[in-house]
Amino acid sequence: MSFPWAKEYKPSHPFMQWMDDRLPLPRLVYNSVGGGYPVPRNLNYFWNFGFLAALCLVLQIVTGIVMAMHYAANTQVAFDTVEQTVRDVNWGWMMRYAHANGASAFFVVIYVHIFRGFFYGSYKAPREMVWLLGVVIFLLMMATAFMGYVLPWGQMSFWGAKVITGLFGAIPFVGEPLQQWLLGGFAPDNAALNRFFSLHYLLPFVIVGVVILHIWALHIPGSSNPTGVEVKSESDTVPFYPYYVAKDGWAIGVFAILFCTALFFFPNALGHPDNYIPANPMSTPAHIVPEWYFWPFYAILRAFTQDFFFIPAKLMGVLAMFGAILVWFFLPWLDRSPVRSGSYRPLYKKFFFFGLIPAMAVLFYCGGAPAEEPYVMLSQIAALYYFAHFLIVIPIVSAIEKPDPLPFSITESVLGEDEAAKLAPAPSATVA
Amino acid sequence: MARILSILVGLFFTVALAWSFGKGAYQQITEPPAATAEHEFHLHPKEVSFASDGAFGKFDRQQLQRGFQVYKEVCAACHALRHVAFRDLAALGYNDAEVKAIAKGFQVPVYNNATGEVETREGVATDYFPPVLYGGQGTPPDLSLITKARHDGPAYVYSLLTGYQDQPAALLKKFPDSKTPDSLHYNPYFANLNLAMPPPLTGEGQVTYGDGTKATVDQMSKDVSAFLIWTAEPKLEKRKQTGWPVLGFLLFATILGYMSYRNIWAGKKH
Repeated sequence: MSFPWAKEYKPSHPFMQWMDDRLPLPRLVYNSVGGGYPVPRNLNYFWNFGFLAALCLVLQIVTGIVMAMHYAANTQVAFDTVEQTVRDVNWGWMMRYAHANGASAFFVVIYVHIFRGFFYGSYKAPREMVWLLGVVIFLLMMATAFMGYVLPWGQMSFWGAKVITGLFGAIPFVGEPLQQWLLGGFAPDNAALNRFFSLHYLLPFVIVGVVILHIWALHIPGSSNPTGVEVKSESDTVPFYPYYVAKDGWAIGVFAILFCTALFFFPNALGHPDNYIPANPMSTPAHIVPEWYFWPFYAILRAFTQDFFFIPAKLMGVLAMFGAILVWFFLPWLDRSPVRSGSYRPLYKKFFFFGLIPAMAVLFYCGGAPAEEPYVMLSQIAALYYFAHFLIVIPIVSAIEKPDPLPFSITESVLGEDEAAKLAPAPSATVA
Repeated sequence: MARILSILVGLFFTVALAWSFGKGAYQQITEPPAATAEHEFHLHPKEVSFASDGAFGKFDRQQLQRGFQVYKEVCAACHALRHVAFRDLAALGYNDAEVKAIAKGFQVPVYNNATGEVETREGVATDYFPPVLYGGQGTPPDLSLITKARHDGPAYVYSLLTGYQDQPAALLKKFPDSKTPDSLHYNPYFANLNLAMPPPLTGEGQVTYGDGTKATVDQMSKDVSAFLIWTAEPKLEKRKQTGWPVLGFLLFATILGYMSYRNIWAGKKH
């Protein structure tokens, strides 16, 4: 589906006409990321992060495939094969650093992408499926990143795997057998490393599949925009090509500059030194921490320090850690406000900027800190707000809030009322 | 209905967190955690700079050779360097003959199929530094990656080597149980303050440098730290040298991209 004014693909070259009759792949591309996809004209730079996320996925797959050519998933040699790649393979050091920092870049981009969705209400009807598929992608990314971090078989690889798979042990009754089944043993060892490698290679392609569904679902209603007002007429939109191709193009340049600065000058800044020590099951690191992108959820896990009635603290932590992401699945139905964009929601905006953002910042900080005071108490307060925000604040705010008046249309919000009136199409041309 | 359900679930998590917070806060007040000697007397690494630091950093090859000499004559008694091959030493400025001579100075274990014994032979350039047998106290770590395997690694190695001292009186006064055991050595740069390694660099002239540099403990520590930066990341120079043209190209391409963006959007208010 698209808007009635969407340009139609008209192949001019005979070969392209021939092709279009048989396999209309160029038509699909044209309608997806070409001139045939009308996009709101008023998107701000937060809307560049979807394209950047796709770029990160491609970067990770390409560098990852090269890394896999030089890697052996065996506890005896895994650490050494990674070192050999860095030392003896032509440009191996660059591939390795690009892949490790690429994971971080991917998560930076995806967190901005998700929080853009939170603020501008991108999850609301008719884009619920886009949002749900996005959360699925995020969960798949987390699983992939976690298993990828285990592969070099350093100290944090091993102990991270032990802690995270240990979480399954908290599930009542089936926990322990489940954990052993997942690991293929009583602790992370060769069996676990092998299956993690296998899945780490598989999941990115599953992500590609879900990304295709994500984009497909997006193209049904079309992109949302910072006003949250739906597209009404042709003057509200510009074709994706050349307008947003040009905008995404230069955003990619900025992203690449930042990424390459990290890659060539601070390649280990986001890594943990302990992962340059080969895994040693007999020596526990002083502080076991996951990679930075898991810190908020790790902080939530560790915030539950007391048994709650009959529920052990560890199980509460595990429930909350998974719940913290699963709650996003329900967001389209928790937030009942008819207004999408946070810009027109005075109360929601306050809770977003002075509640959710600081709480996430504290959780990020505390998740990377040792499990001591004051970090545990800080993360308890922040986690408390986090759950209250999604499950209590949002449902109540969306019921009692009086939103600010919305612009009539995107065109009006950009050009002002008078200019927009001149452009106003005949009523019959508007989309209901 | 959905709203009530969601608020109930929200209350479940928030009340559980408030309960954890309250009990934790109560414990903090009634039984505050005891201070530990490690917490109060552990020091962060000293400030020290190396030629390879910074975005334009390059190895000082003279220094790497001196550092290698310190490693070979002092550290190698206990610490291995298993990720480094003798051939890699060419990057320090040694020529083929010198690399071969260095390799020859090491005995490499080989398994003899005929006798079933492990024998040794002289090393060749393609061999890696052989394992080091160690039967003493403690577990000397492999040094190949040590400057990447510790926070602020190069400064840490330098600080550790120059940081041996007597236990401060203040420490013993506050923590009488924390006296350094007889077999260990006090060093505030080590995470738990006491380590098995005796001070390896003890006096001036322990190593005789070929280039005439005065071999003070400070100098030797710096040199060996510089050498270990190289062993941990032999491609450091190439990495930084590659970075600049890449950034230059990207900057150029991004400016062009920005200009074409402005050009395409010209006249289109958004």
